[in-house]
Amino acid sequence: MKEKLQKIRENAIEQIQAAKNLSSLNDVRVAILGKKGELTSVLKGMKNVAPEERPKVGQLVNETREQIEKVLEEAKTKMEALLREEKLKAEVIDVTLPASKNNVGHRHPNTIALEEVERIFIGMGYEVVEGPEIEYDLYNFEKLNIPEGHPAKDEQDTFYINKEIVLRTQTSPCQARVMEQGKLPIRMISPGRVFRSDEVDATHSPSFHQIEGLVVDEHITFADLKGTLEEFAKELFGEETKTKFRPHHFPFTEPSAEVDVSCFKCGGKGCRFCKGSGWIEILGCGMVHPHVLEMCGIDPEKYTGFAFGVGLERIALLKYEIDDMRLLYENDTRFLKQF
Amino acid sequence: MDTSLSWIKAYVPDLDVTAQEYTDAMTLSGTKVEGYKALDADLENIVVGQILKIERHPDADKLVVCQVDIGTGTPIQIVTGAPNVEEGQKIPVVLDGGHVAGGHDGKMTPGGIRIKKGKLRGVESNGMMCSIEELGQSRELFPEAPELGIYIFPDSAVVGESAIKALGLDDVVFEHEITSNRVDCYSIIGIARETAATFHKKFVPPTVTVKGSGGDVNDYIKVDVKDADLCPRYCARVVKNIKLGPSPKWMQRRLAVNGIRPINNIVDITNYVMEEYGQPMHAYDLDTIAGHQILVRRADKGEKFVTLDGQERTMDDSVLMICDGEKAIGVAGIMGGENSMITDDVKTMLFEAACFDGVNIRLSAKRIGLRTDASGKFEKGLDPNNAQAAIDRACQLVEELGAGEVVDGMVDVYTGVKEPVRVPFDADRINALLGTHISKEQMLEYLKTVELEYDERTNEIVAPTFRQDVLCLADLAEEVARFYGYDNIPTTLPKGEATTGKLPFKLRVESVARDIAEFCGFSQGMTYSFESPKVFDKLLLDKEDPIRNAITISNPLGEDFSIMRTTSLNGMLTSLAFNYNRRNKNVRLYELGNIYLAKELPLTELPDERMQFTLGMYGEGDFYTMKGVVEEFFDKIGMHKKEVYDPNAGKNFLHPGRQANIIYSGKVVGYLGELHPAVADAYEIGDRAYVAVLDLPAIVPFATFERKYEGIAKYPAVTRDISMVIPKTVLAGQIEEVIENKGGSYLESYHLFDIYEGEQIKEGYKSVAYSIVFRAKDKTLEEADVSSAMKRILKGLESLNAELRQ
Repeated sequence: MKEKLQKIRENAIEQIQAAKNLSSLNDVRVAILGKKGELTSVLKGMKNVAPEERPKVGQLVNETREQIEKVLEEAKTKMEALLREEKLKAEVIDVTLPASKNNVGHRHPNTIALEEVERIFIGMGYEVVEGPEIEYDLYNFEKLNIPEGHPAKDEQDTFYINKEIVLRTQTSPCQARVMEQGKLPIRMISPGRVFRSDEVDATHSPSFHQIEGLVVDEHITFADLKGTLEEFAKELFGEETKTKFRPHHFPFTEPSAEVDVSCFKCGGKGCRFCKGSGWIEILGCGMVHPHVLEMCGIDPEKYTGFAFGVGLERIALLKYEIDDMRLLYENDTRFLKQF
Repeated sequence: MDTSLSWIKAYVPDLDVTAQEYTDAMTLSGTKVEGYKALDADLENIVVGQILKIERHPDADKLVVCQVDIGTGTPIQIVTGAPNVEEGQKIPVVLDGGHVAGGHDGKMTPGGIRIKKGKLRGVESNGMMCSIEELGQSRELFPEAPELGIYIFPDSAVVGESAIKALGLDDVVFEHEITSNRVDCYSIIGIARETAATFHKKFVPPTVTVKGSGGDVNDYIKVDVKDADLCPRYCARVVKNIKLGPSPKWMQRRLAVNGIRPINNIVDITNYVMEEYGQPMHAYDLDTIAGHQILVRRADKGEKFVTLDGQERTMDDSVLMICDGEKAIGVAGIMGGENSMITDDVKTMLFEAACFDGVNIRLSAKRIGLRTDASGKFEKGLDPNNAQAAIDRACQLVEELGAGEVVDGMVDVYTGVKEPVRVPFDADRINALLGTHISKEQMLEYLKTVELEYDERTNEIVAPTFRQDVLCLADLAEEVARFYGYDNIPTTLPKGEATTGKLPFKLRVESVARDIAEFCGFSQGMTYSFESPKVFDKLLLDKEDPIRNAITISNPLGEDFSIMRTTSLNGMLTSLAFNYNRRNKNVRLYELGNIYLAKELPLTELPDERMQFTLGMYGEGDFYTMKGVVEEFFDKIGMHKKEVYDPNAGKNFLHPGRQANIIYSGKVVGYLGELHPAVADAYEIGDRAYVAVLDLPAIVPFATFERKYEGIAKYPAVTRDISMVIPKTVLAGQIEEVIENKGGSYLESYHLFDIYEGEQIKEGYKSVAYSIVFRAKDKTLEEADVSSAMKRILKGLESLNAELRQ
């Protein structure tokens, strides 16, 4: 019996080692361990074994079975690993083939610049406010200290609907509108479309965008204006950016200034981009004129404020080195895709 | 405003700065220098030479060989082809290695042209004699220069000295940007005053004295100002025994450098004083003035007048005229008349220095289409007190130049004399506004440098009348800040109550619109708010369509930009067409921009500005692609109800069978569709194009960013598929309405998984299949729960004439 089992085992191992694939391995299992298998038939033949011998033989059969199963399992694992490896080898792809993209669209450079500016000022506690694009002359001019007959009101620059209603030439009327609501303190920016009667060319457009800023509170100073805009310039153009405030004139601010930033291309050394000066003009600003405060119902004895206006296209053109303003309104996808 | 450094130095004698130092400092003190040009930038090594001997060139008929003294003791030999050289002449000579600015044809070479010694047809030449053009100048500004040939110096020129200096080209011209409030700085004196204050130097304006020659101006001229509202001041003086001639070189040079062509002594004096004092003047031939009287009055409507440029112009009744006893002789502040202009045989002359209403001059100049240097100055609103100073200065120059004899006295019609403005001074408030700690004394010192004097008695600053911009304390603060230096003001951040940064809800919705559009492959475009009224026809709109009621711009940039858009479609289609024309493939664009709907026309109140979210595309994708974008957007802004699409949208510009109004909660919030082929043709888009227009003001009220977690289903779903044959005319939307209304509370979702028309399906019918999912939140559904719902659905579908397929 012992020899018989021994033979079965050796025979089984031989067959297992000879198996070429998983299915022939399975055939071996069935042939030996299956219901009608060799080993099973040994068990079935137990009735011919003497009763006192039976436990011993049973144990021998079980041992043999375990040994065969172990070898079978090992062979199977090995074979599976081999198969997987082959499969993986067959599945090699060319990772340099083109990606299948979703073709996501692109944001207009004006909007990218605007969102930058909004992010900066919202972070400083400013509220974004919108105003009408078709505006009363009263808000666009008069309440901003630009009376009838002022050259800034010249028809050459302003599109008129009629005597009282114009296409706003600046976002500054939002200043007057917000101040009139009388909720103080004010910290707001107001972006939007403005219109000037300029023929279309590489540097002019009859329609463009500005961002107005206004802060009104007690004890607001010109130093606060400087600090705020310096912070803004650093955020927008980089930590190294320097600012230069030059005296200027706007009817609705006094004192007024124009602000230059150190050229972010050459760092202020002077290059083609900044026309050799090292500086680039980016915005106008000033302390809200006491007459304007007064006309908008705010006591100029108690409150002061500052205001600034940035040309959005100017920022976009500068930041992205766009050399022709017309590109912004043609909507050529070859242009838009670059942003 | 252009100014030469030498002219400024005439009034700030101690000034010693480089062009760059001047530029930087003046810009920081408020007189912005836009740029400067050194007149001798491209000139080098050019001296005054004298021709000692001229001989014929042995081998060239057109060349001569000159021996030229250049002050070194040893004459040099120069070969020239210039036709005008003679022995004894003093001429500019550029020496070997030197530079000239351009060719004698007047063409400039940036960086100049280097001159080297060499041989001309075999004869040695050691330099070049120069024409005025080669020196970078023109005969316009140097009228004494010969038309062809070498510039000839007067005998007084010193041989060997710099020719650049002798011509006054050792100078720099600054281009200033003067702000509109600083009318006084449109003059050399004004800029010189600022220069002196900026560099802490003494300001020395001209001392004006007129000797006079007796007589009484009132015997020569009477002045009557009828319309004093437009002419606050009129000053007149008379010069007799005029001796016309060229003005002296120094005056010619100063004018030339400022770009003014010298003409004769009288004209040059008026131009000189206009530059120097900023006060335009006019000279009349007194003998042409009928009745020796001046009348200042408004023109008659339609009055015709010939200005001294020989043009006949038509006035209207708001243009101010200068008249004599019989006729008009000048358009006030703009241009004199041909009939009274100074001619070569003038004997007696009337000088006019007046002050006219700036706004009126500006509008008049525009109305008659004639803008002159004079009107450009007047329209800024001049100081009437400057008129007298200027006319006296002109008379002084007449005497100094020996151009005539000045009759004593001045006729002065001056209504409403302008007095200096007094502004209460408060150093603390100035510091509070600026955020500085500048002492009162320091402030007063700054103010004094620009002639803003302190009256200690009243604690006021007295602003001279030429400073019409100084009216209140803020104006004084600016003066202090300018001279303290904007850079020296500290930088702080606003203190006080903190505020929350906010983006309004509407802008948040717009931001999501941008995100979704871009995720779906649309790029953002921007188009103009104004367009042509022709777009309505291009879009095939009915004559009665309310969209045609657009707001008109009264002064547009032409018809193509003359109305405010009432639809965003034209901008989108124009952009698609632009891309199509450029052969860009698969273009998807979106825009967020306003349309403008008048509440009533003509406009009496502000219109309704409606933000439109407009999408347009051609190439890959179809109607349902566009529909998908709309629904993704709605989903993202919390609009989870089912949209209804009404195919009867009535849009003429869309394909009649492929358009729909988008209805949400019973409200039309936009439309979408395929572009009508006729419209596509009109825009020259050669592909099927799809558009969607969403009216954000209608959508924003439905939007919400509130979200609530509803749990993930714990119990299994039961799915039932149904397939039916149904008349083609029945819309999927109608089937879905039935499923939705009859599905009961366990209905979770449904989706169309097959739609088929054609063979095997009878004519006029289509086959449609839906998969319907039921689920309960709190239990596993039983067959009975689902089958009763399915029964209701099937019954509902039968009423749509659906035949169920097994």
